[in-house]
Order: sequence, then C-alpha cells, then structure tokens
Amino acid sequence: MTDAAMHYCAGCGHSIVHKLLAEVLDELEIRERTIGVAPVGCAVFAYFYLKCDISEAAHGRTPAVATGIKRALPDRIVFSYQGDGDLAAIGLTETIHTANRGEPITVIFINNTVYGMTGGQMAPTTLVGQVTTTSPAGRHPATMGCPLRMCELLNTLEQPYYIERVALDSHAGVVATKKALLTAFQSQVAGKGYSFVEVLSPCPTYLRLSPQKAMQHVGREMAAQFPVRIFRNEGVPVRA
Amino acid sequence: MKKTDNTFFSRVLMMGNEAAAEAAIRAGCQCYFGYPITPQNELTAYMAKHMPEHGRVFIQAESELAAINMVFGASVAGVRAMTSSSSPGISLKQEGISYLAGAQLPAVIINVQRGGPGLGSIDPSQGDYFQATKGGGHGDYHIIVLAPASVQEMHDMTLQAFHLADSYRIPVMILADGRVGQMMEPVRLHEDPPPPAPLKPWALTGAKGRPPQSIRSLFVEEGALEKHNHELQACYRQIAAAETKAEEMETGDCEWLIAAWGTCARISKGVVRKARAQGIKAGLVRPITLWPFPHARVEQLARQPQVKALLVVEMNCGQMLEDVRLAVNGVKPVHFSGFPGGRVPTETDVLNALTALIATTHHDKVE
Repeated sequence: MTDAAMHYCAGCGHSIVHKLLAEVLDELEIRERTIGVAPVGCAVFAYFYLKCDISEAAHGRTPAVATGIKRALPDRIVFSYQGDGDLAAIGLTETIHTANRGEPITVIFINNTVYGMTGGQMAPTTLVGQVTTTSPAGRHPATMGCPLRMCELLNTLEQPYYIERVALDSHAGVVATKKALLTAFQSQVAGKGYSFVEVLSPCPTYLRLSPQKAMQHVGREMAAQFPVRIFRNEGVPVRA
Repeated sequence: MKKTDNTFFSRVLMMGNEAAAEAAIRAGCQCYFGYPITPQNELTAYMAKHMPEHGRVFIQAESELAAINMVFGASVAGVRAMTSSSSPGISLKQEGISYLAGAQLPAVIINVQRGGPGLGSIDPSQGDYFQATKGGGHGDYHIIVLAPASVQEMHDMTLQAFHLADSYRIPVMILADGRVGQMMEPVRLHEDPPPPAPLKPWALTGAKGRPPQSIRSLFVEEGALEKHNHELQACYRQIAAAETKAEEMETGDCEWLIAAWGTCARISKGVVRKARAQGIKAGLVRPITLWPFPHARVEQLARQPQVKALLVVEMNCGQMLEDVRLAVNGVKPVHFSGFPGGRVPTETDVLNALTALIATTHHDKVE
C-alpha cells in the first residue's frame, strides 16, 4: 500500500479489500510480477493505493483488458477488480466469456448492491425493495428484475477453477475474504485457471446507513440474497 | 510462400485481407483479437490459422467491444496487437479506440469498409471517412489513418502501421474497403525482419526493479487533463509534420484535378489516362494518409494557375470532400462525384462525371 489518503467514504469496503489484496500480493511475493486492471467505478483510483502496476479499463471491459494482458504476458499475475455495475451490468458479456474461456486471471468482484461513484443508482445486484436514485420507490421485480447472483451464474460454466463468495460483515468475514483472495491468487500462481472472488461489501453512503449498520446489512439482508460459500474449488462444483 | 532461390517466388497471389494478415504476422504482431463480420472474415480466419503456428495469440472475442479491449490489454503489456472488422463492427470499437488514444497506446485496427448506415450492405464503401479521420469516439483525439488501394498496399501499410503506432504511441487504422479486402492480386511479401519495436518503458510488465506505474486516461487532478490534451495535440502536430503523405499523377500541368482515396483513387488513375488520351489535361491527387490529411499540398495544387476545378470522387455522399474544400478554401471550384450505394464506380462513370463537369464549366463561362 502507498501512503496516499484514500478517497473512499467512511466504512466503505473497498479500503478493507485493498488492504487484504496488498497483503496477499506481498505474502505470495508476487507484487513485482502482478498487473491489475481497475474498473470504472469507485475503485478506478486503485493505482493511487496499491504498489503494483495497474491499468484502467473502459467501463465493463475490465476482463477483456485483463485477458489481453495475461495472453501477452502469461507468466505475470493478472487481476481485475470490479464493482457490480462494471462486472454484472455493462460488462456481463466480458465477465461470462472470460470465465468461460477459463482465462487464468483472478477477478475480484465488490458487490455492494449499488453504483457508488455515480451517486447511488440501482445496480444489477440491488436487492428487491432497495431504494436508490433510480429506484426511488424501491427495486420492483416486475419492471426492474431481480438481483443477479454472479457466483451461481458463473458456476454453471465448465472452465472456472475457483469461485467463492465472502462477506465483509464481521472480523471473521474479513479473515475469510483474505483467505479467499489467497486461494484465488495461489491458483493463478500454480497456473490453474480462472478464479472469482465475490465480496459482499458495505457502501454506507448509498445504503444510507451508518458504517456499523451497513456491515450488519451485509451480513443479514445481502447474505440472505447472496449465500456466502465456496461454489467451485479446484475446478469442481461444491454443493451447498 | 517459402523462400527459394527463385526471387519471383516471393510474389504470391493473395487476397487483400490475407495480405494484411500476413503483414501483421511479419511485423511481429503478438496478439490478434477478432470477431466475425463480412467482408473481412478472411483476415480473422488467416490469423486463426497462422498465429498459433508462430506461437502467438489468437482469440475470437465475444464482441468487437471485447476484441478492441483485448488489444488495449495486450498493448498495455507492451506487445504489438491488432484487431480488424468492418464498418458496423468498427462503430462498436470506437469506445475502445478513444480509450487507446487517451491512454496513448499503440494499436493497429483494420477497417474493411462496407455500406452503411446501419447494416447497410456487405458491398464496398468509403462511408467511414468521417468516423476514421474526425475521431469516431468521444474526446479530442486523432488516430493515423492509412488508405490502401491495392493488395500490395494492404500488405505494406499494415507493416508500416505497426511502426507508426509504436513510434508515436497512437492507434493506427487501415481504412480499406470491401473491394481491396476481397480482391486477389500478386503481392511481394516483405522478407526482411521488421525494424525492432522501440523500447516501451511505459508498459505494464510488473513493478520489478522499478516503481509501480499505471496506464490511465482519467485525469481528475487540477490542470492534469488540460496538460494531457495539450501533449496529445503536440504529438498530432509532430505526426502531421512528419508523416503526411499523398500520391500524385499528372499534376504538373493539369487543368482538372481529381482528388480521390483508396479504391476510388485507383480507378481515377485509369480516368486520368483515358482523359489525357482524349486531350483533357486531368491529374490526380490521392491522399495516402487520410489523417493527417495533406491540406497544404492539396491547396498548393489547387492554386496552380492552370487548374480550373477539382473533382472529388468517393464511394460515399461527400466526406473527404469537406477536407478538400477546407484545403482549397474557395480558390477554385470543388465538385463531387459520389457512389454511396455499395457500387464500385467504373472508369467510365468517373470520366463521364469529369466530362460533364468540363462541359458545365465551359457553358458557365459562355453565359
């Protein structure tokens, strides 16, 4: 991590995941051969905080950019770091096809059920009934659909090697998140295949909750919609 | 295509799309990303077959969006990368091209133009001139645009495109059309290894032995974007000064100056010959770089005292026409003959347009 003061709001999950990611890159001694791809969204400034090479990408095209880097330099460690809008809305096609090709990259998916950088709009993962600036009466399934479950969706594919969903709702959740990131990067270091870590993450600002309440919301409402577990391990689907 | 003692053997019969693909391989293109669209499919198929033979990367991407962004990624990593498509697919790539331009990344993009707007047709067209030369995506940027008129030029310009892209850290587009992409002609393939790519200290290869670095097109710090855009413009001025190219035919004494690019320029050469045989003093100026456009040379030619008028010939409704008018700036009349329906004009079509223009001009004078 650099010494730069983060632009993230108080209680935001990004700062926690950035720190865990930095620890994992150091512990695996891969920081100097890692190239990250930052999304369009709150985490676009990841290069101000993480001490590894980082490229921006157009909104949603993050896995395509990561694919280009990994194919060009197969011996480097490549990750994409994406939010719910980037990964599950505008970039859904790239997300699915990158996973389906089994590109040996690591995708870190920060799911906080809302667009942060643009000011709190509805995301593909927004919970039913959740109020956002573009679902002011709450998300209604009849006209706005239901939250997309990305781990479950990707788990229908044959190529992914590792898929896990974790939640930043507690100390145990933070520890589990680090373990998931460690497993994902270890898989890539071992040349195994595509790894995907979804992190249920608090956005107190646009969940309109205090940092503490936002964490509770992650553990209760969000985890109820998005079960926290390992979906795929060593290329094999894991039963619930 | 194997090198033998017979020097003529390096001249092979190839389709334009394949000649471009072979040039990319010979230029050291490490990664190619494509998506099916007519009339450029032979290029993608050629790369699918031959890139793996050279131990290089071929991916049929899930969309043109993905393909251009895979090019972005490969370019971020410092290797030579290319994509190709045709007009509707090139529209989809415009976002990526804007990002490449903003992030100052080299890339080669081949557009084998077809009719438009919309799905248009699969027939040859020059309808994407505006899109290619005026910045098809958002923001204040340019890319280098080269316009081939033969299969040989598809080959030569693709090789040159990689060199230009790396030299100036800029996307380069080959603006071909369905005619030049689909036709077969003898080609002399480049046998010499291409000049090595310049060092790319800016590339992201992992922060080993150096501080971490980033590739960005987002500049939110105060004054940073303004500085960045001024730097881009300075680069564009440098390119315009050093790389602007045009071909001329019989311009020394011409009274009737045809201006055309790509396939229409090639047809216009025949028109100039036919017109001269009839005693009409015709000439041709053919911009080879559409951006940077040879404004100064076109103006100079138009200012020649004996030049009576210009005739711009394009397979569209008048796009390069605007650049020619800007260059000529009213010193001589600029007329237009356009073929926007996917039909490639014949020499007779253009000669008829020229003789009609001459007749009208003389008629006007008499009145």
